[in-house]
Amino acid sequence: MVPLNYYLILSGILFVIGVTGVLVRRNAIIIFMSIELMLNAVNLTFIAFSRYLNSIDGQIFVIMVMAVAAAEVVVGLALIIAVFRIKETVNVDEINILKW
Amino acid sequence: MDYSIPTINLSVIGPEIIILLTAVSVLIIGLFPNYRRWSISIVFIGIIFAFYDIYYLWNLNQVGFDGMVLADNFALLFDIIFLIGTLLTLLLSGNFINQYIRGTGEYLSLILFATLGMMLMASTNDLIVIFLGLETLSISLYILAAFRRSREDSLEAGLKYFLLGAFTTGFLLYGIALIYGSTGTTNIYSILNFLKDGSVEIGILFYIGMILIIVGFGFKAAFVPFHMWVPDVYEGSATPVTAFMSAGVKAASFAVFLRLFITGFSPIISQITGILAVLAILTMTVGNVIAIVQTNIKRMLAYSSIAHAGYILVALTALSRNIESEFSAASIMYYILVYTFMNIGAFGVVIYMEKSEEEVLKISDYAGLGFKKPFAAICMTLFMFSLAGIPPTAGFMGKLYIFSSAVESELYGLAVIGVLNAVIAVYYYLRVVIFMYMKEAVLDFSYLSARPVMALSLSISVGGIIYLGIFPQSLINLLTNIL
Repeated sequence: MVPLNYYLILSGILFVIGVTGVLVRRNAIIIFMSIELMLNAVNLTFIAFSRYLNSIDGQIFVIMVMAVAAAEVVVGLALIIAVFRIKETVNVDEINILKW
Repeated sequence: MDYSIPTINLSVIGPEIIILLTAVSVLIIGLFPNYRRWSISIVFIGIIFAFYDIYYLWNLNQVGFDGMVLADNFALLFDIIFLIGTLLTLLLSGNFINQYIRGTGEYLSLILFATLGMMLMASTNDLIVIFLGLETLSISLYILAAFRRSREDSLEAGLKYFLLGAFTTGFLLYGIALIYGSTGTTNIYSILNFLKDGSVEIGILFYIGMILIIVGFGFKAAFVPFHMWVPDVYEGSATPVTAFMSAGVKAASFAVFLRLFITGFSPIISQITGILAVLAILTMTVGNVIAIVQTNIKRMLAYSSIAHAGYILVALTALSRNIESEFSAASIMYYILVYTFMNIGAFGVVIYMEKSEEEVLKISDYAGLGFKKPFAAICMTLFMFSLAGIPPTAGFMGKLYIFSSAVESELYGLAVIGVLNAVIAVYYYLRVVIFMYMKEAVLDFSYLSARPVMALSLSISVGGIIYLGIFPQSLINLLTNIL
């Protein structure tokens, strides 16, 4: 059996890749994909712990996270499309009329 | 394996069910043009029923869904705060509804769904439900922020809020995952028992998880340095939506903080007092200092709301130092209630001042309002006094309680910095009052007509801050015994 630590390290790396993607990429859709990667890293953590602890709670939590992520995709993509219709860009650096 | 069917006790989530049914029926009624005009009445009836159900559940301390949801007085008190916020917002939204919504039910039902999410966050005992409540709230707010979808600023606010909100949801979830991994449970009481037990060493993963959860909710409650979205989103969203989210989201996040600190993390919470104190100082100072230079009133109120999150955080720091202190917890709840009244009220005057197309949002536009529209100006003056913390308003009593709870926990430095910040804040709040009473009018206020419903909402807010400011003691006694 693969030890727990391997899963935790893998999910940690995936999470960091997701965070880096959000911070360095400028395309709203890529940022959004990176956020999804973060959520999936969390799901992997939950499943690994759930198997390790022999407790079902973690897997229930993953189902909840996937359902919520699906709802977020709906709203997020709708927002990105609405922005693209008006601005004709999804580059977050060009979406900048609100500033102090 | 044997499975037992958990005991389901639907009356525990009675107020939530009522709000949910109201939201769904408003959404359906919006489909029938002949009956649309009834939707706002249905919302108010639903909210009144929810209040009645809260009254019925008060003191019963019911638990349901296998201990996942509870209706203790703490949860019900927060339900009342959320419903007051929703009610005041809806009374203020009349003009916005006529202008942008044209009778369909989305706006009303999204506001109600967001309220539902807040109520779930306050009345649960399980990290899963906290997460679900938070997302119900957040996803509704992403849409509400971008509601004026023909306008660039509104869409930008929605997109920014969405991207940053989803980003921090990732941190929050990772925190929950680590806590689940180190304790084997998501139930807050079981986490408490695990920490009290002491037979298993508390690993570094638990601490990382705790910090990540604080980051996640700190974003929602607008702590510095997670505050970057606040001014942009508050400015870009429609003003009724801004009023709603400034009060509600903050109250819901602090409800979760209180629940987690007082039950779940209480044995080890004193170890992060230092971190919380730094966050409190940063949040107050950054919020107040940047608010000084703002010229747009919505942005000024946004930074002021950051500063107020800092004040509440002072009491939270005091609570973490001395977790037995019921007074600190009571001062947080008192301040949140007062903040709901004064902030929604202040945004209410901003809504009243707005023109339909070109918005009147500069602080200098308020010049001369005091003599042209005395009622709105007096309300605004009282809200500004209350936000600044000038007696006899409730804002003064709230700040007094918060800083005395810091002194009670022997956090003298923090209390002094808090008071200094409150002094800075007086400058930019009183500037609005000075413009209203001591400058010549630049605008012709003839476009402002009397709006009875809006006046009702402002009167309720004014009544709330004056009453709570003069007679705080009975409420404080109630709040001290609530936990």
